[in-house]
Amino acid sequence: MFTAQQYIKAATLEEAYELNQKRNNAILGGGCWMKMNRRRYQAIIDLSGLGLDKIEETPEEFVLGAMVTLRRLETSPKLQKAFGNGFYEMTRHIVGVQFRNCATLGGSLYSRFGFSDILTFLMALDCQVELAHAGLVPLEEYAKMPYDNDVLARVHIFKNGRRAAYESFRQAATDIPVLTCAASVLDGTLRVVIGARPMRAVSLEFPFPETGEALTEICRQVQETVPFGSNLRGSGEYRRHLAGVLCRRAVCSLKEGTSC
Amino acid sequence: MSFVNAPIRKKDAMSLVTGKPVYTGDLIPQNALVVKLLRSPHANADIESINTAAALKVPGVCCILTWEDVPDARFTTAGQTYPEPSPYDRLILDRHLRCYGDPVAIVAAENEQAADKALRLIKVKYHVMEPLLDFTKAKDNPILVHPEDNFRALCPVGADNKRNLCSTELMDIGDVDEVLKTCDVAVERTFNTKANNQAMMETFRTFSYIDEYGRLTVVSSTQVPFHARRILSNALQIPKSRIRVVKPRIGGGFGAKQSVVSEIFPAIVTLKTGRAASIIYSREESMTNGSPRHQMQMKVRVGASRDGVIRAIDLYALSNAGAYGDHGPTTIGLVGHKALSLYGGLEAARFDNEVVYTNTMGGGAYRGYGATQGIFAVESAVSELAAKLGMDPCVLREKNMVAQGQMMPTYYNEPCNSCTLDKCMAKAKEMMDWDSKYPRRVLENGHIRSVGVAMAMQGSGISGVDIASVEIRLNDDGFYTLLLGCTDMGTGCDTILSQMAADCLDCDFDRIAVRGVDTDFSPYDTGSYASSTTYVTGMAVVKTCQVLREKILKTGASMLNVPPETAEFDGKRVFVPGTDKQVTLEEIGYASYEGHNRCLSASESHSSPISPPPFMVGMAEIDLDPETGKVEVVDYVGAVDCGTVINTNLARVQTEGGIVQGIGMALYEDICYSASGKMESNSFLQYKIPTRLDVGKIRIEFESSYEPTGPFGAKSIGELVINTPAPAIMNALYNATGCFFDTLPVRSEDIFFAMEKKKQS
Amino acid sequence: MLITVMINGKKYTDEIAPDMVLLDYLRQKGCYSVKRGCETSNCGLCTVHLDGKPILSCSYLAARADGHSVTTLEGLQEEAAEFGAFLADQGGEQCGFCSPGFIMNVLAMVRELKDPTEAEIQEYLSGNLCRCTGYQSQLRAVKNYLAHKQEVQS
Repeated sequence: MFTAQQYIKAATLEEAYELNQKRNNAILGGGCWMKMNRRRYQAIIDLSGLGLDKIEETPEEFVLGAMVTLRRLETSPKLQKAFGNGFYEMTRHIVGVQFRNCATLGGSLYSRFGFSDILTFLMALDCQVELAHAGLVPLEEYAKMPYDNDVLARVHIFKNGRRAAYESFRQAATDIPVLTCAASVLDGTLRVVIGARPMRAVSLEFPFPETGEALTEICRQVQETVPFGSNLRGSGEYRRHLAGVLCRRAVCSLKEGTSC
Repeated sequence: MSFVNAPIRKKDAMSLVTGKPVYTGDLIPQNALVVKLLRSPHANADIESINTAAALKVPGVCCILTWEDVPDARFTTAGQTYPEPSPYDRLILDRHLRCYGDPVAIVAAENEQAADKALRLIKVKYHVMEPLLDFTKAKDNPILVHPEDNFRALCPVGADNKRNLCSTELMDIGDVDEVLKTCDVAVERTFNTKANNQAMMETFRTFSYIDEYGRLTVVSSTQVPFHARRILSNALQIPKSRIRVVKPRIGGGFGAKQSVVSEIFPAIVTLKTGRAASIIYSREESMTNGSPRHQMQMKVRVGASRDGVIRAIDLYALSNAGAYGDHGPTTIGLVGHKALSLYGGLEAARFDNEVVYTNTMGGGAYRGYGATQGIFAVESAVSELAAKLGMDPCVLREKNMVAQGQMMPTYYNEPCNSCTLDKCMAKAKEMMDWDSKYPRRVLENGHIRSVGVAMAMQGSGISGVDIASVEIRLNDDGFYTLLLGCTDMGTGCDTILSQMAADCLDCDFDRIAVRGVDTDFSPYDTGSYASSTTYVTGMAVVKTCQVLREKILKTGASMLNVPPETAEFDGKRVFVPGTDKQVTLEEIGYASYEGHNRCLSASESHSSPISPPPFMVGMAEIDLDPETGKVEVVDYVGAVDCGTVINTNLARVQTEGGIVQGIGMALYEDICYSASGKMESNSFLQYKIPTRLDVGKIRIEFESSYEPTGPFGAKSIGELVINTPAPAIMNALYNATGCFFDTLPVRSEDIFFAMEKKKQS
Repeated sequence: MLITVMINGKKYTDEIAPDMVLLDYLRQKGCYSVKRGCETSNCGLCTVHLDGKPILSCSYLAARADGHSVTTLEGLQEEAAEFGAFLADQGGEQCGFCSPGFIMNVLAMVRELKDPTEAEIQEYLSGNLCRCTGYQSQLRAVKNYLAHKQEVQS
C-alpha cells in the first residue's frame, strides 16, 4: 500500500493539474491498482468532485468522464445500444463487480497496462482522450506516450458507425488476460488491436476481408508483425498462436450472420 | 430423533453469517503492539551485520529483535506429536537465511505506520550466497541448506543435514523388478507436482499477552493448540506450564495452521516487553513464507498381465522440503502408502523416497498430505496402463481395486474393514453416464467433451499416535457441556461431535453446549489434522457419553433408592420400568450440584491402532477448445465412502470444496520462482485459486460402508476429497487429446502445444 | 484530515490519516465483519456498500467516503440473518471468514438484478473468493433465497 501525507479533493481540473506537477503527487483513480504500489506520495489528488463521472451523449460522440467506473461502462444501456456488447465484454472478466465499482476509466487508460482490456477495446473505436493541458489526443497516440503529469479528464468516442467486437483469452475466468484482441470495421477497413502481448496494445489496419482466405492472411500478418513476449501467464509463442485465433473470432463476430 | 446422518446447521453458523467478531483479528486488545517482520531479500545469505539504531528511534517503536536476541535452540514448527518426526532445524531468527522471506528481524511498535517505518530503517549487510533452487539436484549438492552442527532429528527418519537430506525411507514388498520383468504390459512415467498454497481466507495471525497469573497467553488461528504450546516452549525456552494457547474461530486452515507459523513472533515480543502483541500476516507473507504443500517428483512403474491384472507398482518419490523440514518426513509416507494401497492384489510393491532441503520456501501440511501427489502419479500411471491395454480405465480399476476384508500390505498391514469402492465406481459411472460419454465426443462448435476417472483413499487419523480426549459435564438444568480439544476450523467438528453426543445421550441437539479449545481447560487432543476429528475424537465422544450415562443412571437410581441394575436412563429421565418411579434429568442435574460428591462429568480418551481409509471415485467431464487448449471442467461427480455420514450437509460441502481445491491444483495454481529464488506467485493476483466461474457443476453421492471401529460407523472425509481431480482431469485430457500430461498444473498452453506436437508426429 | 461519513445510518465525524483505506476505518469504528483477505483487490472479503453499491473497502480511501453513506453487515443484520439462514442450511458458511463480504454482495445483487439467471448470479458473485466450499452450496443457498423471496412477494 502507498502512503500519502495529504489527500486533496481538487476543486477544478486546473487545480488538479497544478498539483499533479509535483513529482511526489499523484492522481487517484479507482485505487484498486494504485494501492498495490508502495510509493510514498506527498499528496493524493482526487478528481471525484469534478463531475467527471458522467456518460454524456451528443449526436456526434460519447463523452465519458475519467471517473466513470468500469461497472458503469459495463452496464450502460446507451453504450450497449451504440457499440453492441463490446463494453460488456471488455469489463466483465475484470475481477468482480465490487472491483469494477471502484476501478475507473481514467485510471485504466492512464495506467496503460499491457494487459488492459479497456485500452485494447477502446483502441478499436475512434477515441480521443482529453487531457487537461495537451487537450485532445488520439487514443492510439496516447497509448504510445510515456507517463507524464497531465491529467486525463475525459474520453471522447466518435459515433461514426464503426462496429467493434472484443475477445480475450484468460487462464482463469477473472484473471488478467493472456491475450486480448479487438476488431472493428468502418468503411471497409478492418482494425485489429492486440493487447496483453504482454506489452501495451497495438493496432493494425487491413482492408476488410470478404473471403475466408483473406481473413486467414490477415491473421497470419497479425501473428507475424506484432511482437509478443513471455511472462508468467504465457510464452510469446503461445500468444502468437492465440493472436491468430482471437483475431479470427473477433472478425467473424463482426461478420454478422456469415459463418467463417 | 437422531441427529447423526442429518443436515444439521452448524452451531456457530448464525454468528458467522451475521459477521460477528469471533476471529483472532477481531479480538486483539486495543493496546497491543503491532509486530512486523523484516524479511530476507535473498534465498541464501548470511547476515554479516545488522544495525537497528535508526529504526529504534522511530517514535512508537517499542522493540526490535535480531538473531542475537533469541534462544540458540533449534526446534520444528511442525504441529506433530512429540517426538516430532520433523527435524529440529529452526531458530526464531537465524543468522543464516535459507529462503527468500526468512525473518531477519522482529519489529514491535505502537502502530503499523511506525513498524513499517522501522522496517525501512533497519540496515542489514548480507553475505549473499548462491541458492540451491533445483530440488532434483539437492542431495549431496555442495550448497548446504543446513550446515549447522546443532541440527538434530528426534526420530530416525534418515535425516542427514550434511547431504541436504531431511529424510529417506524404503518400503519393499516382494521383488518388484522381477515381477515387472514378467508383466505383459508396463508403463513408466515421471510426474511432477508443484507446491500449492492452502490459501485459506484468513491469513496466519496471533496475539499474545501476559495474563493475571503472569503466564503467557497466546490466542491464535491454529489447528494444533496443544502442539503450539509445546513448540512455543521449545522456541522460547520457557516451561510449558507458563503457556496457555487459545483458539477462537478459524478462517480456514487446510493444514496450513498445523504448523506454528505466526505464533512465536508476538509471543517473544510479549515475553521481552511484557506488552500485548499481535501479528497479522499479509497475504504475501502467507504465500511466500507459510507452510504449503511439498513440491514433488515421482517416478512410477506399473505392470500388468494382458487381461488387466495389475501385478506390481514401483514408486520413487522425491520431495522438496524447501528451507525447513516441517512435515517433510511424514508427508512423503502418504505418497506411497495411500496411493499403492488402492490396488489390492499386488504381487510386489516398492516405495522409495527422499526428502531434500533447498533454498525455496519451507513446506508444510496441506489437505491430502502427500497422498494427493502420490495418487495423482499412481492413478495417472494406471490410466496410462489402461490406455496401453486398450481397456476402459474404469474396468481396469474394477478388476484391481482394494476390497473390504483384504489386508493392505502397503498400508502398514492394516485391515480393510470397510470399503465400498466398487459401489462408488458403479455410482460414479451412473452419475456421469460414463458408458455413453467415454471416451469423448466432438461438439458442433468443435470443442471436445471427454471424461476421466480416478480413485482415492486417505486415512482416518494417525494409527497409534493421535489421541483425542473429550469431557462432557451435566449441568444444573440437565444440559450438557461438551469440551473438545480438537479444533473446528470451519469444517464443523464442534457441530458433528455435538450431533454424536446428542444421539449418545438421547437428548436434543440444543441441549449440548460446545466449547472450542483453550489448553488450560480443554481436554488434550492432538488437534485437527490427518483427518482425525470425526473418527478419533468422535470415538472419544462415544466413550465419554457411555461413561456419563452410567453415572447419570447411578445417580438417578440412588435418588430413587433403587439398585442401578433395575433402572434405565432414556435421556430424559431415570426410571424403573413397570413402575411410576422416575426422576428427570433436570432433577438429577440440580441434585448433582447440591451437597454431595457426585458432580456428573466424564472424560475419556481415544486412540486407534488403525487408520481406516475412506474411499472415493471422482470423474471429470471436460470441455476442451482444441484451437486454444483451454479446458473447462464442466461437470464433476464424486462418489464417496466415508463410512456413515455424520452431517450430510457438511460432508457434501467438504467434498465439493476439496474437489475445487483439487481442480485448482490441476489447472490453475502455479507457484513460480524467479532465477534468484524469489517466489513470484505471491498474491491472489498471481496465484489463481478457482473462482466460482472456474468450476462447473459438482455432484456428490455417498456410498457408505460401515466402519466397525468408528463412531456410528464413520470414517474421515476432510482430506480424501482433494485427491481425485488432478488424475481424473489428466485422464479426461488424455481421452480428449491422446496426450499424457504428467506435470501440474496443466495450462492451456501445455495442452495446445502437446496437441500440436502429436499432430506433427 | 476530517471526514464525515454515514455508517449504517449513523453519522460519524473523525480525524483520519489521508491514506487510510475505508476497510481500516470501518474496523476502527467497530465494524468487524469487514475482513481483509488480500492486498491485490482480488478476494471480495472487504465488500461493503457505498451509497448502496458494492465496493472493495480495501481499495477505497476513507477520505473519499467523506459525505457518503457506507453500509456493512452490521447495518444489515436482519437481511444477513435471513439470507444467512439459507446459507447455514446448506453448511455453506464453513469457516465463515468470507461470509460477510459474500453476503454483502449477495444483498447488493438482490437490489440490482431482477430474477437473475444462474449465469448472472455466478458472474455477479465472481469477485467473492471462497476456499472452503467450492461455491456449490453458496449457489444453492442463493437460489433458495431468491425463490423464497419470490414466494413471499407473490
